Amino acid sequence: MKYSSQMVAKPYFIFALILLAGEIVFGLSMGVQYLYGDFLFPAIPFNVLRMVHTNLLIVLLLFGFMGATYYLIPEESERELWSPMLAKITFWVFAVAGVATILGYLLVPYATLAELTYNNLLPTMGREFLEQPTITKIGIVLVVLSYILNTTMTVIKGRKTTISVILLTGLFGLAFFFLFAFYVPENLVMDKFFWWFVVHLWVEATWELILGALLAFVLIKTTGVDREHIDKWLYLIIAMTLISGLAGTGHHFFFIGTPGYWLWIGSIASAAEPIPFFLMILFAYTMARNRRIQHDNKIALIWAKGTAVVGFLGAGVWGFLHTLAPINYYTHGTQLTAAHGHLAFFGAYVMICFTLISYAMPILRGRPHGNGPKAQSVELTSFWMMVIGMIGLTLALTAAGIIQIQLQRLPDAADALDFMSAQAAISTVYGVRLAFGVMVLVGLLTYFYSFFVKEEKVTA
Amino acid sequence: MAERITKNMARNIYFGGGLFAILVFTGLSVDTVKQIPKLSHDDKITESVARGKVVWEENNCVGCHTIMGEGAYYAPELGNAFARLGANDEAAFKTYLAGWMAAQPLDTPDRRKMPQFHLSPEQVNHLADFLIWTSRVNNQEWPPNIKG
Repeated sequence: MKYSSQMVAKPYFIFALILLAGEIVFGLSMGVQYLYGDFLFPAIPFNVLRMVHTNLLIVLLLFGFMGATYYLIPEESERELWSPMLAKITFWVFAVAGVATILGYLLVPYATLAELTYNNLLPTMGREFLEQPTITKIGIVLVVLSYILNTTMTVIKGRKTTISVILLTGLFGLAFFFLFAFYVPENLVMDKFFWWFVVHLWVEATWELILGALLAFVLIKTTGVDREHIDKWLYLIIAMTLISGLAGTGHHFFFIGTPGYWLWIGSIASAAEPIPFFLMILFAYTMARNRRIQHDNKIALIWAKGTAVVGFLGAGVWGFLHTLAPINYYTHGTQLTAAHGHLAFFGAYVMICFTLISYAMPILRGRPHGNGPKAQSVELTSFWMMVIGMIGLTLALTAAGIIQIQLQRLPDAADALDFMSAQAAISTVYGVRLAFGVMVLVGLLTYFYSFFVKEEKVTA
Repeated sequence: MAERITKNMARNIYFGGGLFAILVFTGLSVDTVKQIPKLSHDDKITESVARGKVVWEENNCVGCHTIMGEGAYYAPELGNAFARLGANDEAAFKTYLAGWMAAQPLDTPDRRKMPQFHLSPEQVNHLADFLIWTSRVNNQEWPPNIKG
């Protein structure tokens, strides 16, 4: 560790991992409820489980991005973080607000939570992924502003690199588009249209800039390839991200009451959305092949390659499967969407957090050359368990989606099964999904265990 | 491929392509916002429809159901509930919905459960008006059949 202020990243990383464990536990509970509707009901109905599951994901990724940023920005800027104290305060504010919100979801009915938090003054609740009470949303804005301020000041006062500038661009984009979460018009169609400005333009535009910058940083550190080369790749990736991803938002505007031209524009633009993810694979593998140094932290590079590959599979391949309007007409709002969502978020965003944590945590714990070989081999096992578990879960959801479409969507109204009957016909597949979900959890627990593996003492 | 591209070229593609993409997306968005009122029959949003949307939101209906295909996939699509469950008859749909909401949760072992939301008759009426309005939105004839 070159700068002592990088140490503020540590609690962010640890908390992100704890939230991930929570996210998976709630996901598994939903998996059980899919099969046994009485499980946890009425104590925690499905909508609450799902809200906790998805909100934990969003918050853990934000914690992961913040930890990653606080770790890499001092090194990129060649100076201490502008205000380590502000970063510490931000951590506690965000952690407390996050936990309080989750407890609110769990302890009172959602309508009561809306009443308690004066949702009527500025109604923003009750929309997918943006279920947080308005007061929490305001808190998120403040946390993100403090995060951006700290990062910007550090970059301005220090060395400016392509990585830090692109990271910062992504952060400003993240903050800007979140503001649409406060716009809830009476017209549901208008509401849906701008809702995607937060959701799509986060995950398929601004977050990809952040992802690219974080990936580039770890590749520089673990391969020793010179910056000119890395920067060039990074620019190409994010150029393709914006070119495909912005108009690609149109693939959400097919069937929600928006004009018909989106059927064409959304299909064509989003057909190009796998390109930046494919470039990330080329990027990671080319840099690894041309490496100038043999870094002892081999597992960090494996995570870096993994995030590129699984991100491409989940966001690129599984996205493309149903992104063309004539296909989406039948797949829209089925388990196929859930399949895509799971692998995309895991591959692109959860795995980039693992990449950074895997690279930075050993250094923060006083092991500049990475963990010892035993710990790394445990971590490698956990890597494969989580990746195989997520891919298995995704394949199961894909099968579920295809069966659902065959039974419910393709036949004429007279022959088609209704929703609940089609779901009953899929229950075995949901059982398979649940089993792979358990594998992901065991993988994560194995990962936690890798932190505590004792190495045999090497006598110097 | 990458060997022939320099860092400067890549940066220009990023700035040029990014700016182009932003302009195209902004232009289309402005046009869409102009067209939405007509496509969605904005003039038919009564006080009751607007209140119904708040009932929909404050009970997190989208946490289990989809509406026009968006939401959770645990429970049926409700964008076309008016056609499917009310046969496009307002009085019939309202009667059905009131009865349905009152009967929750159904006493069928291990069936997926819908909670009891304790809505007032007015709230159920608003919710029905919101779902009726939604079913009339021009959304490219989706879903493929009435099953949702």
